[in-house]
Amino acid sequence: MHGKTIAEKILSRKSGRDARAGDVVVCPVDCALGTDGSTPMALNYFHAMNGSCVAAPEKIVFALDHYAPAPSRATAQLHEQMRAFANKHGIHLWEVGEGIGHQLIVESGRALPGSLVVGADSHAVTYGALNCFATGIGSSDLAAILISGKMWLRVPETIRVNLMGELRPHIYPKDIALSIAGELGADGANYQSLEFSGSGLDTLDLEDRLVLCNLVVEMGAKNGTVPTDGKTLEYLASRTSESFEPVSADPDAVYSRDISISLSDLVPQIAFPHQTDKVESLESSSRTPVQMVYLGTCTGGRVKDFHQARDILTSGGGVAPGVQLVVTPASREVLETISRDGTLSDFISLGAVIQTPGCGSCCGTCGAIPADGANVISTANRNFKGRMGNSNALIYLASPASCAAAAVRGEITDPRAMGK
Amino acid sequence: MRLELAGRARVFGDDINTDYIITSRRKRESLDPQVLKNYLFEEISPDFAASVQPGDLIVAGRNFGCGSAMEVAVTAVLGAGIQAIIARSFSRTYFRNAINNGLLPIICDTASIREGDLLSIRADERGSGDGIVVHNAKSGTAIGAAPLPTITLDILAAGGLIPYFRQHGDFRL
Repeated sequence: MHGKTIAEKILSRKSGRDARAGDVVVCPVDCALGTDGSTPMALNYFHAMNGSCVAAPEKIVFALDHYAPAPSRATAQLHEQMRAFANKHGIHLWEVGEGIGHQLIVESGRALPGSLVVGADSHAVTYGALNCFATGIGSSDLAAILISGKMWLRVPETIRVNLMGELRPHIYPKDIALSIAGELGADGANYQSLEFSGSGLDTLDLEDRLVLCNLVVEMGAKNGTVPTDGKTLEYLASRTSESFEPVSADPDAVYSRDISISLSDLVPQIAFPHQTDKVESLESSSRTPVQMVYLGTCTGGRVKDFHQARDILTSGGGVAPGVQLVVTPASREVLETISRDGTLSDFISLGAVIQTPGCGSCCGTCGAIPADGANVISTANRNFKGRMGNSNALIYLASPASCAAAAVRGEITDPRAMGK
Repeated sequence: MRLELAGRARVFGDDINTDYIITSRRKRESLDPQVLKNYLFEEISPDFAASVQPGDLIVAGRNFGCGSAMEVAVTAVLGAGIQAIIARSFSRTYFRNAINNGLLPIICDTASIREGDLLSIRADERGSGDGIVVHNAKSGTAIGAAPLPTITLDILAAGGLIPYFRQHGDFRL
């Protein structure tokens, strides 16, 4: 019998059986996240399923992140409903302003190597950067986890993504992820796992890997994984005292496909409206005017992203007239860090609109909404029509550096051309 | 699982994401499928909500339901009286949500199906999930569908995850 991929190994460990691609297994869940976008509906399912007790409340967390702060009476009431349930059942709840649930799962050390972590939100795939099996579920799945502590999973086939070389200046993990999305297409990894490997990983730190895993769902993947290494252990050392058992793939594991990316050859990438896989090199769209630049989300709202953007904005001489720059930190910890190191005051001096840590404008549920006909360039992960709350706006996706370069020039600009 | 459904094809293309099925901002004010059904596909097919009839069948290309995992994208479809979606492939979260709510996701080659075609879906009682066939009365063709995993057939046979959990209180493999 051949060896196993990371996905097969984790699901074997969790299910207690020899799990191979294509098998269906039932697994206890180590941690499950519910957001204000999915939990109110999950609570309806919970009651309809005759739920009374929560099987393992210590393994559940709720985040008030999609409507942060609540933009309406109805959403404020959804928050109240979640607070009451969390309080009654002893579930930890992250309040409005604490940040995006996905970021908080990572920061709080709940995503541990070798574990099964799920979230009732598609971008739960992000945590795979920490060598866990992380995937998105719906509200009914979350309700079943509340009642039973378990879920069923089909063990996915795995595509191995071999990263080689090192990124050149002004090229970032977002460019890697967009490039893979362009190559695989929006369903190129459907039902499958993406396993990142190769010497190129050594050049990417944990924040970089979170970006890679965050975008795997835009290729249809069930999850993305990265092996544990010194960077994983270093990150977790300050975040958790829990023990864990890292998982690596067997040398003779079987993959459905191998793809290789030469990081050294990558150029800045951009996804065109309204598809995440409509990706081209950014040069091809240079000079397209932009009216809104969005820095934030579970893809591009971390400290490193803001540093990269700030450096280009300040060295470039600020924000061009007619451009609205909107900044939404992924968490309060990110906000505190950029506040302490001066990045936040730089953004304020540059005239940026600063929003509450959370999902912000990404899916149009709260925060700044672009005008009709506006071109938006964003560090987010989705650019569907209407995504940011206005179906008459056009959303481009790029790295924080490329977004900042567009803010400086008022048009889509290759960050490598800045200062020239 | 034995079933027989018939209805009119309402045809969409590839990569129909959940925001296109129902926009995120609509669920801000209500989660009620009877409210949300009035906004189905408003971003890409503004006339759909007014013209949909109970019993209609959604037909799509690849990757139906990609993007967000939001479950209203399934319940709003059910709210309009649609009982099955026939697609070349589904995004995995939409597939799960469909099963859990008793909306039948049928995976088959949909290239020959046209808007308005009268379709019937039949499945026999062979529990393996084999034997789901889509018949097109207009073209006279029969299209075989991919088998569904046993656990999904069990959940569908129960009528969705709510009755399944009411009955079992847990997952049974």
